[in-house]
Amino acid sequence: MEIKEKVIEKLLLLVALSSIAVLALIAFFIFEQGLPLIWKIGPKAFILGQKWIPSKGLFGIFPMIVSSFLVTMGALALGIPLGLACTIFLCEWSPPSVGTVLRPAIQLLAAIPSVIYGFWGLIVLVPLVRNYLGGPGLSILSGSVILGFMILPTIISISEDSLKALPPAYKAGALAMGATHWQTIWRVMIPAARSGIVASIILGMGRAIGETMAMIMILGNAVKMPSSFLDSARTLTTNIGIEMGYASGAHRQALFATGVILFIIIMLFNSLAIFLSRRRTG
Amino acid sequence: MPPKTKIVIKDFNFYYQSVQALRNISLTIHPREIFAIFGPAGSGKTTLLKSLNRLTDLTFGTRHTGTIFLEGADIFGPQLSLTQLRRRIGMVFDLPTPLPLSVFDNVAYGPKLSGTTQKRRLVEIVEKALRSAVLWEEVKDRLHTSALRLSGGQQQRLCIARILALEPEVLLLDNPCSGLDPISTASIEATLAELKKDYTIILVPHTVQQASRVADRAGFFLNGELIEGGPVYQIFTRPKDKRTEDYVTGKFG
Amino acid sequence: MVYRTRYITQGIARVLIWIAALATIGVMILILFQVLAEGLPVLHRRFFLDSPKSMGREGGILPTIIGTFALTVVAILFATPLGVGTAIFLREYTRESRISRLIRFGTDCLAGVPSIIFGLFGFVFFVIFLNMGWSILSGGLTLAAMILPTIISTAEEAIKGIPPSYREVSYSLGGTRWQTVTHTILPSALPGICTGILLSVGRSIGETAAVILTAGSSLLMPTSLFSPIRTMSVHFYILAREGISIKMAYGTGAALILLVLLVNTVANWLLNRYIRRRA
Repeated sequence: MEIKEKVIEKLLLLVALSSIAVLALIAFFIFEQGLPLIWKIGPKAFILGQKWIPSKGLFGIFPMIVSSFLVTMGALALGIPLGLACTIFLCEWSPPSVGTVLRPAIQLLAAIPSVIYGFWGLIVLVPLVRNYLGGPGLSILSGSVILGFMILPTIISISEDSLKALPPAYKAGALAMGATHWQTIWRVMIPAARSGIVASIILGMGRAIGETMAMIMILGNAVKMPSSFLDSARTLTTNIGIEMGYASGAHRQALFATGVILFIIIMLFNSLAIFLSRRRTG
Repeated sequence: MPPKTKIVIKDFNFYYQSVQALRNISLTIHPREIFAIFGPAGSGKTTLLKSLNRLTDLTFGTRHTGTIFLEGADIFGPQLSLTQLRRRIGMVFDLPTPLPLSVFDNVAYGPKLSGTTQKRRLVEIVEKALRSAVLWEEVKDRLHTSALRLSGGQQQRLCIARILALEPEVLLLDNPCSGLDPISTASIEATLAELKKDYTIILVPHTVQQASRVADRAGFFLNGELIEGGPVYQIFTRPKDKRTEDYVTGKFG
Repeated sequence: MVYRTRYITQGIARVLIWIAALATIGVMILILFQVLAEGLPVLHRRFFLDSPKSMGREGGILPTIIGTFALTVVAILFATPLGVGTAIFLREYTRESRISRLIRFGTDCLAGVPSIIFGLFGFVFFVIFLNMGWSILSGGLTLAAMILPTIISTAEEAIKGIPPSYREVSYSLGGTRWQTVTHTILPSALPGICTGILLSVGRSIGETAAVILTAGSSLLMPTSLFSPIRTMSVHFYILAREGISIKMAYGTGAALILLVLLVNTVANWLLNRYIRRRA
């Protein structure tokens, strides 16, 4: 009996290490495939290089980094205000009955596959942008809009949790001092829930940077440096997603190398988000 | 010849991290008696009870010095496994704690875990345990309904039946009547009188009066120390220690 | 005068917030409804039962339905024991220590890895290194790695919610740790664990990037776990991007949405029932 218990305990320890093991495996294999190429070309040439021409062996991913950055910033520019507005709406300014319908609806929307969003963007948004704003339509702008909507559920649900977790005394105290409801929300509650809201934004950022399929469908395929929001572009993720199907040899290694850079960026973001959220919950 | 002592506690000290909860407890429990451990809140009564069946092992950072023997076997030693110890010494807590199972499954839980799987045998055990806990008549027609539907007093007697199903030798009852109405309390006290015939019982009473109604011997605990122990009649009418007298007469609580 | 400005500001803010919120929800629902509206007419029995013809321009999507189903089952089969086991270990066999902090950190990090990276990993590890090729197995195992963090955290939440008294009772009746886990902890945590599994199923159904790189995109009916297969989401993506058939794309998309909605509704219902029981 005792032996059986001890065996089970050791077994469970092994099982529990599986998530670390998987993470380590991912890091190992991605780096093992991608790092040699980065070393061969030189990290500076790879990261700062502006030309991506596989047939000539040129692998510079700076345009992709810039595009990833622009699309993410664009998504946040849409996602943060709308997300905060919806959060405030849900928590403070709508009757409770609306909330019970809306909250599951938002969860449902979060579960919709990204390819659906990409599809809609392709069919509806891209022509709109092309007709009214010019350019090919397949653009950073379109991508930002769709991405912004995709990260909304993340921002809303975590920000909502933060607002709900505030001690009721904050709101009661502010109102008792004569502040209007809006002033209470904007100047007391939101700042108090600041760390949770920031964590939600960082999480949303992480998801935005990592989004692939919808972006492939909407951003177009231009490998050059974007000069405006109406340009087509490639992000780090779409770079991999588009060419992985037919790449081989050094080309394939370069895609893994793109993955290496992406992985490092995401890990930095997630560590930041984890650090902030653990600090918040003590 | 039956043993004269059931449990011998000698120079027992107990610590939660750096806080000392029990100081130099030395106490002997005789077989087939009801021994009441009473005293104000926080004096270590629950800690002592939980030490006896080593439920304190579940809490991190506890340590002890001194010894506790169950009929000559060191409960902290290698002769007695934790499972064996806990089947010989059963515990009922101050709040009724039925598991989210049927009445039958609650009582059968212990035996099932100790290896009894035959349906017929389990049915026998469950009926016997429920009869001993004076609950059989009330639940025999709803053995397979949820135990959560029973009243507080019934749930508590269910908890007693649960440990009786394992045929223990010692019953630890930590304030079993707390939160129960007088009728349920009376039924539990009557049950105890019946149980005394076959089991050794250590009881933390709800009130001093309960101790004097039900117990044979008693020990007064204050701040982790055993101040005084002896026959119930003597403790409550002619206590040797002034502090015992003050507590028993209600000068502090 | 100052008195009045505050209320004007509040009034404006209120209007803006309402507009923003309703517009947001509106757009999201619009997206859903458009795909459903165009796609539902395409859904008929033959759509679900036939195989695709001429690259998907005609016929049905049966192999992709099987593919989605098979990959999800493989993923759940592998991720659930590992995930629940991890949760049991963290909650019942250890307290806060370096090991548990490390495990939680690893789980949190894993949760943040983008799907394309999982795709790259699955490709080089399962498809190439372990020589499984583009297959249901490769895709399913990759998905298992993706849903592992979700299973771990929902299982942990479920176990955390079990009253400590249940454990005390089980131990005081002579139960060993493992017996307490199997007879008390797991049965009580089951609804929560199932919710986590359902949420993961929903996610697996919609996953595309990782699946394309590991399960391939074959439209043939699979013959074994080692057959390559195209899932519904991959099929939808290919139809849309390659412009093969917008009509079939709408149909596949509608089917996808309905499936995800179904799974999520069941998960929410289970969650509510579970919460209500605890309360």
